Amino acid sequence: MTSPSPDTSVPTHLESDVLVIGAGGAGMYAALEAAKGGASVILADRSLIGRGGATVMAQMTVAAALGEQTPDHWEHHFADTLAAGRGLCDERLAALLCEDGPQRLREMDAWKVGWAREDGHIKQAQAPGHDRPRCAYVDFLSTGPAVSKTLRTQLNNASGIRRIGDLTIVDIALRDGEACGATALHLPTGQAATLAAKAVVIATGGLTGLYRRNSASSNMGGDGYALALRAGAELIDMEFVQFFPIGHLAPRLVGMDPIMWDPFRYKLGGKLLNSEMREFEEDYATRDERSDGTYVLTRDLATYAITKEVEAGRGSPSGGAYLSFQHVPEAEIRKAFGPVVDRLAENGIDLAQRPVEVAPIAHYHMGGIRVDEMMATGVPGLFACGEAVGGANGANRLSGNAITEAFVFGARAGRSAAERAKQGASVWSTEAAKPALDLLRSASKRDAPNPAAVMVKLQAAMADDVGPFRTDAKLRAAISAIAQLKADIGDTPFASAESFDPVLADWLDLRNMLAVAQSVAVPALARTESRGAHQRDDHLGLDDAWSVNQIVALSGSDMTLRKIVATTGKAAA
Amino acid sequence: MKATLSIQRGAFGETPRQDTFDIPFEHGQSILDGLRAVRRSMDPSLAFRFACINANACKECMMLIDGKVDYACTVRLKEGTTTLAPLPKKALIRDLVTEIAPPGERLVLRP
Repeated sequence: MTSPSPDTSVPTHLESDVLVIGAGGAGMYAALEAAKGGASVILADRSLIGRGGATVMAQMTVAAALGEQTPDHWEHHFADTLAAGRGLCDERLAALLCEDGPQRLREMDAWKVGWAREDGHIKQAQAPGHDRPRCAYVDFLSTGPAVSKTLRTQLNNASGIRRIGDLTIVDIALRDGEACGATALHLPTGQAATLAAKAVVIATGGLTGLYRRNSASSNMGGDGYALALRAGAELIDMEFVQFFPIGHLAPRLVGMDPIMWDPFRYKLGGKLLNSEMREFEEDYATRDERSDGTYVLTRDLATYAITKEVEAGRGSPSGGAYLSFQHVPEAEIRKAFGPVVDRLAENGIDLAQRPVEVAPIAHYHMGGIRVDEMMATGVPGLFACGEAVGGANGANRLSGNAITEAFVFGARAGRSAAERAKQGASVWSTEAAKPALDLLRSASKRDAPNPAAVMVKLQAAMADDVGPFRTDAKLRAAISAIAQLKADIGDTPFASAESFDPVLADWLDLRNMLAVAQSVAVPALARTESRGAHQRDDHLGLDDAWSVNQIVALSGSDMTLRKIVATTGKAAA
Repeated sequence: MKATLSIQRGAFGETPRQDTFDIPFEHGQSILDGLRAVRRSMDPSLAFRFACINANACKECMMLIDGKVDYACTVRLKEGTTTLAPLPKKALIRDLVTEIAPPGERLVLRP
């Protein structure tokens, strides 16, 4: 153990060509590609490298037009992505995702990720919204862990990448409006560190941690969005939060991810039942002529269907819907679930005997940092990738696109950052770190409020009032609740101890989460229509006048909102 | 019904102390649920590692539970007292947090 430096006025300083913030799928890919491009790289994460974030939690599928199961072309995947996005996709980013996807999945295959195979080819499952089987996966429920492990192995074998865990980035360092590194808090010692870099890549994932029930890691509070905003970058489509319709609700399940049911539902045709034990999917599904008709309810419609059944008093005892596999012979359940059956049994769940309860759960964020097709933000030297980027998925993400996006955008951002570093543009200045260092130095002990409790309040406000179904009154209530919580925590960090201080970590998280919560609620209030994942009970249906993206930015400490016409035209990949 | 968590506290180099917290017992909850409840309603300064919360994917919440190395996210909370301590063979940072990052993935500050 290193003993803490007594002189905290001189923080530890590190230098690299490229700094990648966040070590999930996108960040690890970015680090690998930046190193391949000749850059020295620091890959920093607030948790352990390659274990936090969303990728490791992904138990499901990865979409790409591999053409292994049936003939396919990336333009078919592109058409499905645009259709799911309800007119709001940035077509350059969507095209990049779909065109580069196959190459990245094959690279992962060569790195031995272990995509499930059948008759000598990669097996591709059909997921809702796709016109054909397109989704690769790793059995059983192991896609995310296998992807993370494969990328961690590549990092181990690569040279020029320094990995640093337990490092929370407080702010991007700016010099003359250009990103030149970052200021960080080293959690184990509680000391500040400064990181100089010629290019910075934000790969911090989404914001589902803002919600009470969510399917991501605890560190997914949208910190990258807040870092980008404060650095002067723009955010796009922030009002579009995807709820995963059948997140596990009851009985209590430990040691498993709440979004585990989807692949089994595809494989076995699990039925959604209301309290009358009646299937209700058909009541809500719109016939999709491009689908084979067996599974037509996309995520936004399924979320709507379950919520409306609960509102009509036909919900399951815990406030969701039943998911039943009782019509499936036990041997088939065993075959499809493999060892997962035993893990379910440990939780007292026997699918042949009893249904489970499911309900919508915050799962993914379509919105994010606005970038061009090189993954560059409007701030020179600042790039973003993965879920942290907004635009590719428009108003609703097609299932299977998230991991593909992590690979493709990660690789692209890494390459762009290495290019930028070669030009040697950004120059470090100690002044650039001063505001964040001053903030950390101002941390003081305080008895109240309890930041962990404030976080729970924020999650409740977001879940209740900025959830999948919104109204003017609810959104206004949320915006004022957020303002109140901001006032409660103030401008000076709370601290409780020197090393590994969860109070300081929570305060820094809340500073980000409250800014990001506002950046979701404000455009949600402005968008007076229902589209994709943004559903307004007081403004039903699409309004053509709203076929625009909303851009959030900071002007001083004020949040500004403006509209742009959706970006069309495919980019050359 | 209540569950009691008896937790070894203190930073590296300090004399460890034992704090006990009574929390409402709910059937099916994990030890990690209990620890998070303590932070929300009693002591926000209690330090423990976790990232994925429930999925046993991040493997960060490993600790000594009633004397046995296990994951806080998969061991169920029980009625009566559960004793929690940091991993014995890893360098202590604070409370239940130890240095578990692989050596090549740590930041060593200047002495």
